[in-house]
Parts: sequence; C-alpha cells; structure tokens
Amino acid sequence: MSRAGRIARRGFLVGSVAIAGGVAFGAWRYTRPLPDPFAKGLPPGTEALNPYVLIDGSGITLIAPRADKGQGARWIQAALIADELDIDPAGARIEPGPVSKTYYNTALLQENLPVDPTDTGWLAQTLRAGSDVPARLLGLQITGGSSSVPDGFEKLRRAGAVARETLKQAAAMREGLSRADLRSGDGNVILPDGQRIPYTELAAEAASIAPVQDVVLRAPSQWRILGKPVQRADIVAKSTGTQRYGIDLAFDGMLYASVRAAPRGASVAKVEAAAAKGMRGVHSVVPIRDGIAVVADNTWRAMQALQEITIDWAFSDLPGDQQAVWDSLTAALDAAQIDSRPRDTGDVENALAAGAVIEAEYRVPFLAHAPLEPMNATVRISDSQCEIWTGTQIPDFVVAKVAALTGLGEDGIKVHNQMIGGSFGRRLELDFILQAVQIAQSVPGRPVKMIWSREEDFAHDQPRPAQIARGLGRVANGRIEALDLAIATPSVTTSWFGRVWRALPGPDATITAGAGDQPLAIPNYRVTGYRANEVFPVSSWRSVGASGNGFLHGSFLDELFAAAELDPLQGLIDLCNHDVSRRVLNELREISAWTGRAAGQGRGRGVAFCLSFGVPCAQVVDVADTPKGLRITRAFAVADIGTVLDPVNAEAQLSGGMLFGLGHAMNCELTYRDHVPEQTNFHAYQAMRLHQAPEITVRLLENGPLRGLGEPGVPPAAPALANAIFAATGQRIRELPLSRKVRFA
Amino acid sequence: MELTVNGQRHQIDAEAGMPLLWVLRDILGLTGTKYGCGIAQCGACTVHIDGMAVRSCQIALADVGGEVTTIEGLGTPDAPHPVQQAWIDHQVAQCGYCQSGQIMSAAAMLALQGEPDDQQIDRIMSANLCRCATYPRIRAAIHDAARRLATG
Repeated sequence: MSRAGRIARRGFLVGSVAIAGGVAFGAWRYTRPLPDPFAKGLPPGTEALNPYVLIDGSGITLIAPRADKGQGARWIQAALIADELDIDPAGARIEPGPVSKTYYNTALLQENLPVDPTDTGWLAQTLRAGSDVPARLLGLQITGGSSSVPDGFEKLRRAGAVARETLKQAAAMREGLSRADLRSGDGNVILPDGQRIPYTELAAEAASIAPVQDVVLRAPSQWRILGKPVQRADIVAKSTGTQRYGIDLAFDGMLYASVRAAPRGASVAKVEAAAAKGMRGVHSVVPIRDGIAVVADNTWRAMQALQEITIDWAFSDLPGDQQAVWDSLTAALDAAQIDSRPRDTGDVENALAAGAVIEAEYRVPFLAHAPLEPMNATVRISDSQCEIWTGTQIPDFVVAKVAALTGLGEDGIKVHNQMIGGSFGRRLELDFILQAVQIAQSVPGRPVKMIWSREEDFAHDQPRPAQIARGLGRVANGRIEALDLAIATPSVTTSWFGRVWRALPGPDATITAGAGDQPLAIPNYRVTGYRANEVFPVSSWRSVGASGNGFLHGSFLDELFAAAELDPLQGLIDLCNHDVSRRVLNELREISAWTGRAAGQGRGRGVAFCLSFGVPCAQVVDVADTPKGLRITRAFAVADIGTVLDPVNAEAQLSGGMLFGLGHAMNCELTYRDHVPEQTNFHAYQAMRLHQAPEITVRLLENGPLRGLGEPGVPPAAPALANAIFAATGQRIRELPLSRKVRFA
Repeated sequence: MELTVNGQRHQIDAEAGMPLLWVLRDILGLTGTKYGCGIAQCGACTVHIDGMAVRSCQIALADVGGEVTTIEGLGTPDAPHPVQQAWIDHQVAQCGYCQSGQIMSAAAMLALQGEPDDQQIDRIMSANLCRCATYPRIRAAIHDAARRLATG
C-alpha cells in the first residue's frame, strides 16, 4: 500500500487546511467542494492537510498526481510544492496519491478549446478561464497534452505556500510570537533567535488551526529549486537498476499471466489448450473477452504455454488490410466529410484560380507507441475490493471501467499508480488493465501480474492514425499567394473517448492541430479537416494531431517556398505574425548559422516550424549523402515554453522529442494485413538508434506563456528532415517513412 | 542447476531452456534487468557473463557458462560503478527502462576498449534501443566514464 494510503488509514494525517473548498483551489471561482481524497478512513473530525502535502512525525509526503512516463512529471510536481514549502524535495516521499477528482486537470481542456493558441483576445481568454467548469464536471485526473506543468504551476506552489505559512502560524502560536517574525528553511520554522522547529513537530498543531490562505507566491528570482539545474529524484534509481516499475512488482503468493487477444474485429471460436494445461508451472488457462490468458508460476512459463494453445478466430466482415485504410482516407477527402475548417483567410478559391497551381498529395502511416516497458498490470480481487497496480494516465477511467466490469462500487477500486517505462500515449488506454482484472477474477484473493509479450504489444496497439492530405498552392511575385491544405484522418478523440468513456459529439481539434492553427500570415490560407471512417482503432501518439500534420503542413509549405524561390527560414520569419514564434525562428537562425538550404555537394539543410500545445518550436536538420546512405549530421531545435522550470529535463525533452520524431520519420510504419500489423517486434520497427542520432543543439526561450514540453519537440522533426533531403538531393518525399524512398546510413 | 549471480551461488530448479532473463527476474527477484522484446533487438535485458555483455533473453539457463553480473551487481546507489556515476551526473535517464541494459553494454565495452571513439560506440551501443532517445547523453556519459576509468 502506498505511503499516502497507509498514512490515511492510520489516521496520522494532520491538516492545517481542509480540502473542501480549500487551499488548493482557493484561487478558483467555483466553490462547490471537491472531495477530500484522504478523508476516508480518518477519525471523525480529522482533516487532511491539503491534497498535495502530508506531514506526520516521520516526514513529509508530496502528492504528485500526474503520471510519470519519463517526462519528469513526478519530480517537477514535487519541486513546485517544495520550492514554496521550503523543503528539499529529494528528501521527501513523492507519491502519486489516490485517485480523486480533486486532482482534475484544467490545462488539458484549455488545449482543446476552439480558439487559436496564440489568441490573447478577450473571448479566447474567457473561454480558457471558463474551461475550469467542464474540467471539474468531468473531473479528469488525466496526464497528457503536455499539460502537467501549466496545470500545476499555480495550484502546487500555492499548496506549498499555504502549508508553509500554516506551519509558521502554528509555531507562532506555540511561541507567542508573530508569524511575520518567523522564517522557514529546509523543513523547519526558524524563530527570530535562530532556533529551528521541524515541520514534523508542528504538524499536529497546524492541524488544529485555520489555514493561512493569504499567501503571496514567490517571484522567480526567489526560487531555490525551480529554474535551476538540479538532479531529478529518480535519476540514481534509474541509473542503478533500483527504480521499480509496474512490471517489477512482486507480492507473496503472486501468480503470473500473459494473454493472446483476438485480431481486430475477431472473436474466439475454438480453443485447444490441453497441451498448455499440462506444462510445468501452468496454473490455469483463462478465457477473457476476445482472448485467452495463461496463469502460471512465472512469466516465461505463461508465455511459453500460450504458444502451445491453438486458437481459431472467428473474423467479422470488417476490413483487415492496409489498402482499406488508404481507400477510407481518399474517400473522406472526395466525399467532403468536413469536420472543421479552423483556417480560412482571404479567398483561396479565387487566388488559386488566378494562375498555375502547385498540387501535392502527402501520406503518413500508422505509428505504434511501443514504449519499452511492455503493458502490464497486477491485480488482486476480493469480494469487496479490486486493487490494481499499474502505470496509467487516466486513473479515473480505470476506476469507472473496472467498477462496471467487476460490479464492485467505485469505492472498492484502488489504483496504485506506478512509475512508467515510457508511454508516448499508450498508457492512455485501458485494454491491458481490463484484461488483468478479468484474469484476477479467476483467482480471487491472489495477486496476478499480467505482462504482455512485445508481439502482443505490436498486435494490439491503437496506433497514431494514417493520414492523407492534399495541398494546393500558388506562388507569384516571389511570395506565397495561396495555401490550401485538406487533411483526411479518423478522429483519435472519438476513437479514444469511445473506448475509455463515451464518444463525444462535435468536431475534433486534433484532426487539424499543428496545421490549422499556425501563426502565419499567408494572404489566402485555408486548412480543412476531413473526418475519415475509422478502419482500425486509433489513439493519441506523442504530439497527437500535430505529429502527422506538422509534416503535411511543414513539407508543403517548403514546396511553396522553393517554388517562390524563397529561403525557407526567411520565408517563415516573414510570414510569422506571432512575436513569440518569430523570436524562436530568429534564435534558430542564429544558433544554426543559417545561410540557406544549400550546404555543399551532397549536403542540404532543412527547416520546419510547428506551434503545438501552445509551444512554438522550430528545427533545422543537416543531412549529407554518403556512400552508405543519407546521414543526419547535425540538428538544432528552439522552443519557447515561457518559463523553464527544470532546465536539465527541458533540454532532454526537446532533444528527445526531436529524435523521436526523426527516428519514426526515417524508419517506422505500422501496416495491417489480415487484421493485424505486419510489424511484430522491434526488428521491423527500428525507430531511432544511437548510430543515427545526431548531435542536437537546443535552446529554450522564455517569452511566451508557461507551457509543457513533452510533445512540442516532435512535430517539426519529420518535415525538417524531409526538407533537408530535398535540399541535398532534389528529391521531394511526400510519404513517410522516408526509408521507403531513400536509404539511411 | 547452479548459477552464480553477482558473486552469489544459487541452486535453480527450472527448465534448462528457461532464458536467463526470467530466471533473474521471476526466480531470483533481480528486476533491474528488463524485458523489452524477447528477441535480442532492444538490449534492455543486457547482463554480463564473465564480463561479456550478453542479451539474457537469448541465453538459456543451461547455457550460462560463467559468472553472471547484473545491474545490481555492477554498483549500488551508495557505491555506483563509474559508468553509473557518469549516467547520474549527465542525468541520462528519462523513463529509465532501457538504462540498465545501456549501462551494462557500456560498462562491458569500456572494460575492453578503454576510450572508444564515436564509431566504436555507434557499433556497440546501437544494439540498445532507447525509445525516449536519450542518445546524446548516453554518448556524453560514455566518453565521460571512459575518462574516469582511464584516470582510475
């Protein structure tokens, strides 16, 4: 059981601040009380300190409700609290806490509002402010959309500040002093004579007084941890093999399991499992919905036994091949299934009719998430309770769906969120968790750890959708006169919400994100999203809509710059109508020493820009054509995230995001045949490896609003590379992966 | 069967064909060694056998012909190996799931090669997949660790 859970159960919790209508949300306008996540199990009259800070006699626990999949979320949440609380976060326990609607995410909903991310007008600001209402109604405790930092920036610091001042007030009352005369530092209240009283000694008294609400958050110049290069708390564990992930858990009496699920649209017709049941260590063969599980006394025996089971699948008449996907996308464009048209400036029709039109069709493939930690969940079920240990970005949905599946009340579902070995959006799904629950139902009272094989992971990913786009453009007099981009894609939002909750009506902003929301003043400029039928289920993949749209838009724009004989970086700067973005482009020109596409015989430079998740990001890629193939020789990336709270990790996120984008652009696609992907493991899905990874020069600017950086580094990478290949070889590649057309060293 | 891991001898009652990876993880409880692909494509399961880096998902228990060292035996949080210390100083890890394997591959390479150049690093370390793409810091940490090891 988690530390927070144990504390709550023992009733040691002391509260200076009631959560109901209280501290964490004191700045918010809606006063309907949120549930106290620690209230249950506490003696009557005891209050939780606040939902983010727990103090007992033995130490301080910071609650970091956003899931950590490697983006450093757990650490930055702790640092935001600790900087105001005046403690060393490395010395505190950092825990995900229980599932509670108290930890809802406002920033994520803001990102999906129908206003431009750069629009600072009254209406846009009002809509963003108002997004607190639906977020709270939905109560989404969700990790995604590069939102953990903007969501937590105010409320986590405020939680730390209120806790600090309340502890000081408790000390002031004990000593007969004024709070204004006290200071705090390193987990202590410091009296005027220098005497130090540890927070842990003051906790009980702090619990009995009214919280100090009138706190003033510190200016950045006063920050001790934020903005400084510090060592993340998980770094030592992750360098010594001592970090525990969900897949590493062990309990007394635990069983192990693995599964094989039906291909898309199929169900189990007949199972021959006699041989498997007789194998050493096999406990049982368990039918689950649309699949079979083996329960055994270790993982390998479960996986081995699965291979000895013969399953006949009953296929539906749903299409199962890749061609059906391309046909569906083409049909969506032709049938004008318009989902949204977020950009419609000038008169595109007339501008295109005025002269020669440049026309191009682009395609991007399905991409698998394939995080390195295979999907896994450990579950123990009793008559009244279902405990789940897993890494998830959507704990509320886990509770709701498991409650429905088991018939237990939501109060009986306990989720213990784990450190996650990569996600890229994969842990926004519930499939593997619901399987593990079904398996655990077959062995009540015993914990079962279910681990997918890597083959199961590739077979049952819900990938980033394939897309087709048609670009029409016209250039004249050395400038772009018109750009008309039509993008066809299935809706990841509809697909995903349909699986985890219920399908939502209305247009899907992700269909055009990264293309229809770019701060460019093209005189006649139109971007239209067409909703294609979903042939295979699709999902959010790091940077979501912008992951594909960044390539479609950034590549076609480069074609038009080339046709107009414009320098592409100067062209972007000249078109840019957003000051924060323009400064990103100028900085990129500076650090890359940009003088143009040309870089000598067999060499070329490409540039691309994409504003996604509110972050303008621009990148330059240098390529050289060598006897062994094309090689990326250097790369440069600039982004503006408003305030750099964790400089060491921010650099890693931008560099890693760009390399993630480059690796998939070069090497990866998921193609379906007979209802399953043809790529079954990493031999057929190489992504980025060290020998192809260039040195990257990274710069972070702080001119815009505070934003997160888990995703915005991805979208410009693919077009910058394709544009560099055009510069080096003259070949314009309009289809990913690029390795379909060129060879990489 | 007898197996020596991190200097400790164990009697293992398991099938001869069980991969070393699962003996380590599920029987000995040494979970620092990771399962990632099961077909020697990702390197997350890399351990040393008599100092050589091997993919433990591909070595059957009966074929283990030497002493096994896992990430837990290379160094500890209190006393990290120089390669681990370089990984800590450069803050290489993002999700961290591949890093046990990366560190074991790098440590074996450095024990043999002294101060490898970038091409040697490419050749050996490209067998280890990092989905977060921490490669620039992996390369920097290897060069740093090589210098530390050279100067003792």
